[in-house]
Amino acid sequence: MRLILACALLFAAGSLPAAEYANLPGGRFASVLPADAKTADTIVAPFALRREPVTNAQFLAFVKTHPQWQRDHVASIFAESRYLAHWQSATTLGNDALPDQPVTQVSWFAAQAFCASENARLPSWNEWEFAAAADATRADARSDPAWRERILNWYSRPSNAAVARIGGDPNFYGVRDLHGLVWEWVDDFNALLVASDSRDQNDPDRLKFCGAGALNLRDRDNYAVLMRVAMLSALKAADTTVNLGFRCARSTSSGNTP
Amino acid sequence: MKTHLFAFGMAALLLGSAGLVSADDAGTSSSNYIHGDFGPPRGDPIHAVLTSPPNVPAPTLRSYPAKVIVELEVIEKEMPISEGVTYTFWTFGGTVPGSFIRVRQGDTVEFHLKNSPNSKMPHNIDLHGVTGPGGGAASSFTAPGHQSRFTFKALNQGLYVYHCATAPVGMHIANGMYGLILIEPPEGLAPVDHEYYVMQGDFYTSGKYREKGHQPFDMEKAIDERPTYVLFNGSEGALTGDKALTAKVGETVRLFVGNGGPNLVSSFHVIGEIFDTVRPEGGTVEQHNVQTTLVPAGGAAMVEFHTEVPGSYVLVDHSIFRAFNKGALAILKVDGPENKTVYSGKEVDSVYLGDRAEPNLAAVTQATKAAAAGKLTKEEQIKAGRQLFTGTCSVCHQANGEGLPGVFPPLAKSSFIAEDVKRPIRILLHGLTGPVKVNGKDYNSVMPPMTQLNDDEVANILTFVLNSWGNPGGRIEAAEVAKARSEPAPAPAAGH
Repeated sequence: MRLILACALLFAAGSLPAAEYANLPGGRFASVLPADAKTADTIVAPFALRREPVTNAQFLAFVKTHPQWQRDHVASIFAESRYLAHWQSATTLGNDALPDQPVTQVSWFAAQAFCASENARLPSWNEWEFAAAADATRADARSDPAWRERILNWYSRPSNAAVARIGGDPNFYGVRDLHGLVWEWVDDFNALLVASDSRDQNDPDRLKFCGAGALNLRDRDNYAVLMRVAMLSALKAADTTVNLGFRCARSTSSGNTP
Repeated sequence: MKTHLFAFGMAALLLGSAGLVSADDAGTSSSNYIHGDFGPPRGDPIHAVLTSPPNVPAPTLRSYPAKVIVELEVIEKEMPISEGVTYTFWTFGGTVPGSFIRVRQGDTVEFHLKNSPNSKMPHNIDLHGVTGPGGGAASSFTAPGHQSRFTFKALNQGLYVYHCATAPVGMHIANGMYGLILIEPPEGLAPVDHEYYVMQGDFYTSGKYREKGHQPFDMEKAIDERPTYVLFNGSEGALTGDKALTAKVGETVRLFVGNGGPNLVSSFHVIGEIFDTVRPEGGTVEQHNVQTTLVPAGGAAMVEFHTEVPGSYVLVDHSIFRAFNKGALAILKVDGPENKTVYSGKEVDSVYLGDRAEPNLAAVTQATKAAAAGKLTKEEQIKAGRQLFTGTCSVCHQANGEGLPGVFPPLAKSSFIAEDVKRPIRILLHGLTGPVKVNGKDYNSVMPPMTQLNDDEVANILTFVLNSWGNPGGRIEAAEVAKARSEPAPAPAAGH
């Protein structure tokens, strides 16, 4: 463990401090995508989650040391043509990408590579959902209409304006900006197949999906979360959008500091 | 099966005799016959011309099935929903309702759904005119910055709603994601002078009706079906003032009326018109002489009428509080010469007299004669005013002038009248909306302009009021009323 930490520090030896991770306890959790497709709770193992989404500055440092992920080098099967298109050049941010804005227009492959570079991985949907259920004072605030309202408010702001900078208020676990800033990639986004016509009530075309995909949503009232699932399920791994960023996670089987 | 074949044969015969459809249009193999399938597309592919509301694309005027390419872009954008109020709409083609699509029965439609790179949400489209699972929704789920394509054959003629069906469906529709597609019958629709596109929708904002600023979507209100706004074409004033629909006397108007919902069913009515022809629910049966037609959420209707008399005709949802308190109003302005044999154009409003009516208006007649002779006295004015007041004013302000607490302000011993005894002239002529303080109490309601009253009548009523119930007395002359009538209306609610 110590060795990993040292590596992370070494990597970030440039101008940027090492990313901070918060420890989350995990536990039994009522996901909107129940484990048995009916009502079963999901068990989330202890994990650590980046306190903030990855920023433009951090991603710039990454592509400088990993040139294969610069936009003019990246293989097209790993990132579509809009990958980092808002940057001034392959290695310059420019006016449309401020250093402390979350990086967007990144593909799932690129996000995964970034996380690997800091000895981490993308969080699973359940991990992300677990962390995002919190508000400032409670681990699970999802039953509070105010929690939902805040998320829906973000949805009702148009996205033609620039993305805000990172640095929202920390939640119960000390994690920031899970809501209200950007969509975020998760590791298993392509297992979140909601039927693309979401109105099939009890007759989802089960053959269309494999395994965990053919799930019914547990909480259809929970529109706020549902929309994130819908968004992620619309994507392919090489896709990028102007609102889609990511953060990384690490497993902490014992709950120790990663 | 026999009757089916017979009906089919008849249809082919009729179509053939109309000379608009060639024989092989209707297909020759009866064993594989699919209703509405006129065979493979012919000619060069056609790029459909889409129009923004209230405009409708020109008729196809085609006698053969074609391949029609429809390109529709989803754009999420902030637009006004009312004066000084903005809302983030999700749109098909940048407008609410979305672009109007017009094809012909039997056409093969290649549909391209594009989702703007600036979109936050994935979207799809369910066209009620499509035969197939989800009406295209399952084949058109599209992430921001992507496009999907699917193809369908327009088998059934009619006027159909299309809408987004991405989760949460209700929210996508509530944000304006709906529009109409017309699938013309093979012979086309009968020509008319004007075709317009009007679509109702209900909207749910966190703030109250007309609360200024940017208003976010309110999910709780949407689930409870308590709309803040009910609108034609996506914003208050979309079809009034300079943007009113227009026609001339003696013309035929066809309205393609849709209802996007998400929740409410519309009782569509045009005040002052009778629909000569309605195709209820957008289908093929014709109904005639209809006052109000029901347009279901996710449904449509075609209505036609002939204009006879000039004036402003008001399109409403006759669930009437929606019209006057939530915005479901539009105007059709008809210009042209009067036709007094159809409509006299000038009658005293006596609708609300009820049992408060006094059997004769002798004093009014007396006052009118005296005024004509230039010998009208204040006492005659008061007598005439009392009778007119009973008919017109007492319904709200009550026969004793006390009004109704909290709703209709009192006229008796009224501080509001005492402050400015000429002010009531303007109120009768122009109405009064918004908060006022009368005798120390706050009122906030709407008095419509009493434009049915002539100058003499206004003067008489006000003279009666000024000399009753402890008001300061005095006299209002018809000339003062005439002068006030010629001046522009005061700014609404300013200073009150």
